[in-house]
Amino acid sequence: MILFENVTKQYPTQTRPALEDVSLEVEKGEFVFLVGPSGSGKSTVLRLILKEESPNKGRVWVLGKDLNRLSNWKVPTLRRKIGTVFQDFRLLPNKTVFDNVAFALEVIGKPRSTVQRIVPEVLELVGLEGKEQRMPDELSGGEQQRVAIARACVNKPAILIADEPTGNLDPATSEGIMKLLERINRTGTTVLMSTHDAAIVDQMRKRVIELEQGHLVRDQSRGVYGYAR
Amino acid sequence: MRARFVMSEVWNGLRRNLTMTLAVIITVGVSLALFGVSLLVRSQVDTMKDFWYDKVEVSIFLCNDNSETPSCSGGKVTDAQKDQIETDLESLKPLVQEIYFESQQEAYDRFIVQYRASPIIDSVTVDALPESFRVKLADPTKYDIVASAFEGRPGVEQVNDQRQFLEKFFQLLGGLQAIALVIAIAMLVVTVLLIVNTMRVAAFSRRRETGIMRLVGASNFYIQLPFLLEAAIAAAIGATLATGGLILVKALVVDRVLAPAFQFTAFVDWDAVASIVPILFITGILLACIAAFLTLRKYLRV
Repeated sequence: MILFENVTKQYPTQTRPALEDVSLEVEKGEFVFLVGPSGSGKSTVLRLILKEESPNKGRVWVLGKDLNRLSNWKVPTLRRKIGTVFQDFRLLPNKTVFDNVAFALEVIGKPRSTVQRIVPEVLELVGLEGKEQRMPDELSGGEQQRVAIARACVNKPAILIADEPTGNLDPATSEGIMKLLERINRTGTTVLMSTHDAAIVDQMRKRVIELEQGHLVRDQSRGVYGYAR
Repeated sequence: MRARFVMSEVWNGLRRNLTMTLAVIITVGVSLALFGVSLLVRSQVDTMKDFWYDKVEVSIFLCNDNSETPSCSGGKVTDAQKDQIETDLESLKPLVQEIYFESQQEAYDRFIVQYRASPIIDSVTVDALPESFRVKLADPTKYDIVASAFEGRPGVEQVNDQRQFLEKFFQLLGGLQAIALVIAIAMLVVTVLLIVNTMRVAAFSRRRETGIMRLVGASNFYIQLPFLLEAAIAAAIGATLATGGLILVKALVVDRVLAPAFQFTAFVDWDAVASIVPILFITGILLACIAAFLTLRKYLRV
């Protein structure tokens, strides 16, 4: 599903590589935590999977495709199969909840009838039924993140990437979001989530990949956040 | 393709960026109007050439009693000389299309009509005006052949080409057209720069939308299409303004002012205007789209 082979990524403006000789594999249907301090390379891993960046050395395989050899005009097709959720939600403030989710379908040219059918389903899945016509600023942080998750899932992606999705939320709300991600994972979607939240990682007992200064230092199934932290 | 969705995005984009949109519309309008006027001047020159070259003559003025050029040292032209000139002109056919002899009386009558408002007619007598052959050429540019055959011949005072006089006038018009064209091109460059900047601002102010579009896998075409359509619509409105300007120029300046004042010549007709309008639209929309496309390629990368 996701395979890194000796990947090194060096940003032009930095002296230390963001990732150095990282190899990892994520199987279909797995739930993986990506942990490590700020600047350890978590976001770079996620950006490489989305082909927002390309590695300097090594190969990245996603959904059976070698991203080094994927031409630029095929990148949108790849991204349609990967849902993305961020810490800052990234909703469109001038669109309703429904329109925010529908936007993801509209911009890839899905017909109106499909939008009308799928969006309510997905909103129900994330527990936002009845809030379709609200604006994002009328919602709580947790609800906004649910809208973002709905938007990420509306295309039934094979992979869901979540970059610190609970970073702006209180523990109780975070738990709800984690339950939702777990439920999405159970439907067969591979979930890759970067986080700083030790409590969540310890509680979920999923596979943990730890990065430090661009190196992979731990890959543990049913792991916890870390020893010293 | 979701036409209604794309159009609503376009409408929102135009509205949100209203001042810049207006600036683009106005500069496109002004520069295209100037461009159109310069094209109109050119077609005016063509119209006048068609009109005048059909009418221009080479005039062979013959000696009269007052002539002072060396070829007139023999005094007034003799009938034998006139016959000889006419025969020679006949031999120049088919270059020479028509030959017409103007007597002193006819020259006088024409003079009286032409200068009827001027006191000069009182001092001019029939004898003072020269006789002449008026020659119409099949190809007005071959004037030299006629001139070299008759210039300096005894009995011929002067060979005159009306075309030479017209050429100067056309050169003046051509100069005006060149100036209009230079200004139009400068304005078009300004327009392109403005569109580039507008697109940059638009891309920046909508980076949230475009960022999400990229993440959910919208194609580059779909992301850029609203921007391109915005540029094209602004350019089309600008071209419409320019067309209005051009129609005003034709209706007010040409038909109301110039045509009544200069009745001796032809002016551009509405066909000329109609053939310029599509050029304005194509130029405007194409320039806007190319400028927008090149800008977006840089600012909306995958």
